[in-house]
Amino acid sequence: MTEPVVVVRDLWFSYGSQLVLRDVGLSIKRGEFLAVIGPNGGGKTTLIKLILGILKPDRGSIAVLGAPPGQASRDMGYVPQNTNIAPQMPITVMDVVLMGRLGHAGRSWRYSSRDRAAAEKALGRVGLLKFRNRSIQKLSGGQRQRVFIARALASEPEILFMDEPTASVDQEWQESIYDLLKELNETVTIVVVSHDVGVLSSHVKSVACVNQTLHFHDEAEITEEMLDKLYRCPVDLIAHGVPHRVLRDHEGES
Amino acid sequence: MPEAFQYEFMQNALMAGLLASIACGIIGTLVVVNRIVFISGGIAHAAYGGVGLAIFLGISPILGALGFTVAVALVIAVISFQNKSRADTVIGVLWAVGMACGVILIDLSSGYNVQLMSYLFGSILAVPRLDLFMMAILNLIILGVIFFFNKDFLAMSYDDEYAGLMGVPVRRLYILLLLLVALCVVIIMRVVGLILVIAFFTISPYIAEKYSRSLKKMMALSISLNVLFTLVGLWLSFQFNLTSGAAIIMVAALFFFLSHIPRIRRKPPPVEP
Repeated sequence: MTEPVVVVRDLWFSYGSQLVLRDVGLSIKRGEFLAVIGPNGGGKTTLIKLILGILKPDRGSIAVLGAPPGQASRDMGYVPQNTNIAPQMPITVMDVVLMGRLGHAGRSWRYSSRDRAAAEKALGRVGLLKFRNRSIQKLSGGQRQRVFIARALASEPEILFMDEPTASVDQEWQESIYDLLKELNETVTIVVVSHDVGVLSSHVKSVACVNQTLHFHDEAEITEEMLDKLYRCPVDLIAHGVPHRVLRDHEGES
Repeated sequence: MPEAFQYEFMQNALMAGLLASIACGIIGTLVVVNRIVFISGGIAHAAYGGVGLAIFLGISPILGALGFTVAVALVIAVISFQNKSRADTVIGVLWAVGMACGVILIDLSSGYNVQLMSYLFGSILAVPRLDLFMMAILNLIILGVIFFFNKDFLAMSYDDEYAGLMGVPVRRLYILLLLLVALCVVIIMRVVGLILVIAFFTISPYIAEKYSRSLKKMMALSISLNVLFTLVGLWLSFQFNLTSGAAIIMVAALFFFLSHIPRIRRKPPPVEP
């Protein structure tokens, strides 16, 4: 249970002349529930996209399940931050979720009944099975986000990456999604990106703070010093379900 | 009108219209949802260079256009990968250069300019049997490719990043789509002409999109609309001796504007059904 599923070494990445990640190293164990936190623009999403193989690093190496990024696609699930893609295109909820089965269906001209069953099961888990034949345009932002979670689950992934999975989900579902993730975490390695430290609550097992560099912490505790480096403002933190205020107020304020 | 369809040229015209409607309904839908209308315009106009080359060499214009458009589609695909930020500029240049090549090559050939008009604006009433045969084959290729890669095209059109992540060869699929656009341009060249291709590509899918909840339905509806536009346009063309391509596009344009009327009326009060 402790072999690493993702190994990142000496990773550098920049958009043009804008350095985003500097000398990042990370090892994610099997069964991990890792929260990637940090300020907006700190490189969290970029790091995930590098691990997924969507972006190519300037320097350094990444191995996912022992292979280069992008090779182990059928074992990966990904919930992107932006779920309002191609907003005018007519596509049913089921067709979106079935995209998660592309890696399994391969080059076959259609999805198998197993693919459909997996997609329906995933939709059921996010409580949207009854909407499967609806157009995705007719759903709310929160419902659409749940469809994208279902799409990631439909892959039956070994590693699940979620970029701000609760950004537009309503309050009631935020809790449910984290409960669902906790349940999934019994078999699936989970990496959640969030700029909202509090919402991660008691579920995460470790934390990686990304702000150009990466600081890894093998427990769900975040030290004051660490957050100080990351943020310039105070953060309310809940660790192990116990809410407590970790940081002092803004410097210069009283 | 029925007696008009007893003539063989009229039957050929109908057949050509039907073949063009099917190809354009399918490819036009993908062109609209993938937002490659401008690229398709570039391929269509550059095709005129192929017509000119064919006339210059004395081979079948439809074959010349086929070879030329396929080559242009490949060049555009490479450019849009390598120089993304200026791809539209380069495509605009190819658009004009292709046409200029065609005009000059026809200048250098024998002097009749009738050909020029018929390829630019369509001459559905003068489609030879051989061209029909070619159009049918190209249609079968398009249908076969779309059928076989349907889920991949759907995935790429909706979310190319995720499709790529799931192992769909997005780049190769994109090149394939541009090649299909090239084939489709050749099919409809005879019906509405190269200049008017864009309208035939876009109007039906644009209307159909509003009434469809899946890409498949959007394609089916686009095909039906294309058939309707072609039939009405063809009849107008026959009755009033109008250029067929322009007549068909004007019918389509009428529906395009009509499709906006209920929207404009419904918009002001925010009442949800």
